[in-house]
Amino acid sequence: MEFKSRNQGQLLSKIATNDGHGENSPYFDGWKAYDSDPYHPTENPHGVIQMGLAENQLCFDLIQEWIKNNPKASICTAEGAADFKDIAIYQDYHGLPQFRNAVARFMEKVRGNRVRFDPDRIVMSGGATGAQETLAFCLVDRGEALLVPTPYYPGNDRDLTWRTGVKLVPVVCESSDAFQITRAALEAAYKQAQDSNIRVKGLLLNNPSNPLGTVIDRQTLQESLDFTADKNIHLICDEIYSATVSGQPGFTSIAEVVQENPHCNLDLVHIVYSLSKDLGFPGFRVGVVYSYNDAVVSCARKMSSFGLVSTQTQRLIAGMLSDEEFVDGFLAESRRRLGKRRADMCEGLGQVGIWNLEGNAGLFCWMDLRRLLKAATYEAELELWRLIVNEVKLNVSPGAAFHCSEPGWFRVCFANMDDETMEVAMERIRKFVARKQRRRMELEVSLSFRRRRDELVMMSPHSPMASPLVRART
Amino acid sequence: MLRNQEQILSKIANNDGHGENSAFFDGWKAYDSDPYHPTQNPNGVIQMGLAENQLSMDLVEEWVRNNPQASICTPEGASRFKDIAIYQDYHGLPEFRIAVARFMEKVRGNRVRFDPDRIVMSGGATGTQETLAFCLADPGDALLVPTPYYPGNDRDLTWRTGIELIPVVCDSSNDFKMTRDALETAYNKAQETNTKVKGLLLNNPSNPLGTVLDRETLSMAINFINDKNIHLICDEIYSATVFDEPGFISIAEILQESPDTNPELIHIVYSLSKDLGFPGFRVGILYSYNDAVVTCARKMSSFGLVSTQTQLLVASMLSDEEFMEKFLAESTARLCARRGTLRQGLAQMGVGILKGSAGLYCWMDLRRLLKAATFEAEMELWRVIVNDVRINVSPGASFHCSEPGWFRVCFANMDDETMRVALGRISKLVMQSNKNSESRKPCRRRSKLEISLSFRRLDEIMMSPHSPMTSPLVRART
Repeated sequence: MEFKSRNQGQLLSKIATNDGHGENSPYFDGWKAYDSDPYHPTENPHGVIQMGLAENQLCFDLIQEWIKNNPKASICTAEGAADFKDIAIYQDYHGLPQFRNAVARFMEKVRGNRVRFDPDRIVMSGGATGAQETLAFCLVDRGEALLVPTPYYPGNDRDLTWRTGVKLVPVVCESSDAFQITRAALEAAYKQAQDSNIRVKGLLLNNPSNPLGTVIDRQTLQESLDFTADKNIHLICDEIYSATVSGQPGFTSIAEVVQENPHCNLDLVHIVYSLSKDLGFPGFRVGVVYSYNDAVVSCARKMSSFGLVSTQTQRLIAGMLSDEEFVDGFLAESRRRLGKRRADMCEGLGQVGIWNLEGNAGLFCWMDLRRLLKAATYEAELELWRLIVNEVKLNVSPGAAFHCSEPGWFRVCFANMDDETMEVAMERIRKFVARKQRRRMELEVSLSFRRRRDELVMMSPHSPMASPLVRART
Repeated sequence: MLRNQEQILSKIANNDGHGENSAFFDGWKAYDSDPYHPTQNPNGVIQMGLAENQLSMDLVEEWVRNNPQASICTPEGASRFKDIAIYQDYHGLPEFRIAVARFMEKVRGNRVRFDPDRIVMSGGATGTQETLAFCLADPGDALLVPTPYYPGNDRDLTWRTGIELIPVVCDSSNDFKMTRDALETAYNKAQETNTKVKGLLLNNPSNPLGTVLDRETLSMAINFINDKNIHLICDEIYSATVFDEPGFISIAEILQESPDTNPELIHIVYSLSKDLGFPGFRVGILYSYNDAVVTCARKMSSFGLVSTQTQLLVASMLSDEEFMEKFLAESTARLCARRGTLRQGLAQMGVGILKGSAGLYCWMDLRRLLKAATFEAEMELWRVIVNDVRINVSPGASFHCSEPGWFRVCFANMDDETMRVALGRISKLVMQSNKNSESRKPCRRRSKLEISLSFRRLDEIMMSPHSPMTSPLVRART
């Protein structure tokens, strides 16, 4: 039809015609590969296994049990239907008081009751996606910037910059420091922005970190708070993986550090939260903006009209999270299962000489495949990744998608499948590594003596021995 | 600290674009601090400023009780809990999109088809409007909007997007119908200030007018936007509240009849908040005939997806065709009856409302109660209504009406008894106002006949609160 060819570019906005949504990156090819050929144990055993989705599916049995025993939490059960009308018509953007109370209490529990959260500062948003965008709109003008440590969650680009016109300036973290954030890196990023005449309005931390799977230590949090205070800029802490931390080191929230700094300017501190990762409810779109700044609470609340949580869901969440006994049990069991799944995967990978960044949080590992690259380049990383997706049939996420400063790192998710599927995935990786080692030996003629010795070790994939020479830190 | 606060927050956070600093919100505050209750607070403020549809919730509740599989929390539905809780695909559950498309077709008497793949979710109609503004216009560009219009448009379309709204002025001389002249005037005004107009926003049925757009106006609008090569956004969120003739004509039908129109310019805003009475569930829908807009809006829907728990409930309910037919028939019948009660009650006091066949409110004509034909006088009258008469209604100025004296009165968010109380209070206001007018120069009054008639009517009402009688002599346009 002739209309279609007519100046679509002029008809639509700049936002609609640019790439700010982030979906044109090659990274999405892995998703497409999975969507067109998804693994199923019986129906499609050679399909692509999804290890690129950070979902927490390990504890639905516990949730299911609670749902069965608590019909009143629903407005659709015989026990709850009398409340249907009141809930369906409730559109106050403050949210149901019981919802805010329950979320505040849950956040306290996750932090071992070391801090208090004020329910009146709990503001809803369309998932953490909405929370991030809302904070950007509240704190930053078009053309101004936020500092973000790399590697970081790819969705940040869309959430923080697409419709807001805000820029992200990377704070480069490297494997030599186990990707920890240093003051030097913060200062360098800040200076870089200044040199380009870009005004920095804040620093975004993700703690626990996606994709690293690590918690940020107290010292780094303190340094970040000091840094932002010095520059009079905001500190936004995305703590959406807070309840996925198992073992040590434990999780330290920015709320605790703030508590230890009574003279800090609270107007600069904000927390992003969501139930998508800790509880495994991404479909329910429960996002939270928690700010210590009254004006931000007030503004974000007005903006929440664009992404309120369905009252049907607010009511369910309020019921569930206010059951303190259930929450205590869930948190303990969820952490235990996540810890075990992570340990199993790391052990399985370790057996073939693949190491991960040492960490005990998140729903993923940060896997080091640098030695499998043909060259230390992003092209080689992409090539290796296409191999993994198309031949090994695993969708993992390449470090470049996370703006990692060094090629060769991949994020592998482990909490969105059952034990059997995990075993299948591990087997595929084992076979792949063994094949790659054989090929490399066939192709490479002259190697350093040290490397050849390592490969001899690697020829036996079941060997529990790992050479200290090739082991990255785990 | 205050100065620093301004510097550390964004311009958007510091400006008034959210629209809540308007005096109009005082009515809300008055209600919130002193809400009417028949027994606990009989002198409290009655809320008639909230366009909610509460008349048919009993039907919905009964359906919910009889259909436990629609929930993931019942024994019948719990096995789906996990799959629903983890489903985050921004396309939305297929059954949800199919059910919504089918429902929209039904509301339009099956005269058009809707493609489920063009159904995109958003955070209520609030989110849909903002998303469309982001997709179609750049900061500084403008949308034309006929007045009077829903106050939320200012926040939804302009606050975070940076676009402008240019009013297309409609007035009472022709029942607030939108004319080609008014459109051209608004468009030219934009051109004079070098403002690029990207589209026209229509609200059909209209909030606050309570009227539907006729075929002639819709065709005229579609010709206009096609000529100018600008977008046409049709907010049809009150489509199932049409209870009388003239019936509802959707832009989808006009488009079907206009093969020369570029469909890529046509977009529909929808929601379940008004037609079904579910504002809490945040079910916003964006339907576009433009593929690129569908794709872009779908990506943006990540900022305001519908909870999958709610998607499932809605999918189940809307796909129960028998129930939905029964619901639509009963809901519109109840809206018709309730509006009739309000219309008659007001007519008995000599208060007219704009003739209309839709919506959850009336557009009430209180011009003759104004001390002067000014917005200050309107504000003064409004404060009297809120503070003395103890009813929260919405003054025309908040809808950017070009003439003072019009008020929007909502009728579907209360029970019959509360409506009766409200009518009683309004009649006292009118009586008092008539007394005040009498004490002023008599030449201001239109006719002595009217005075004596209106007094008699008021006496009848005061003596017999249950009287449904209306006199044809003082009946204003309805």
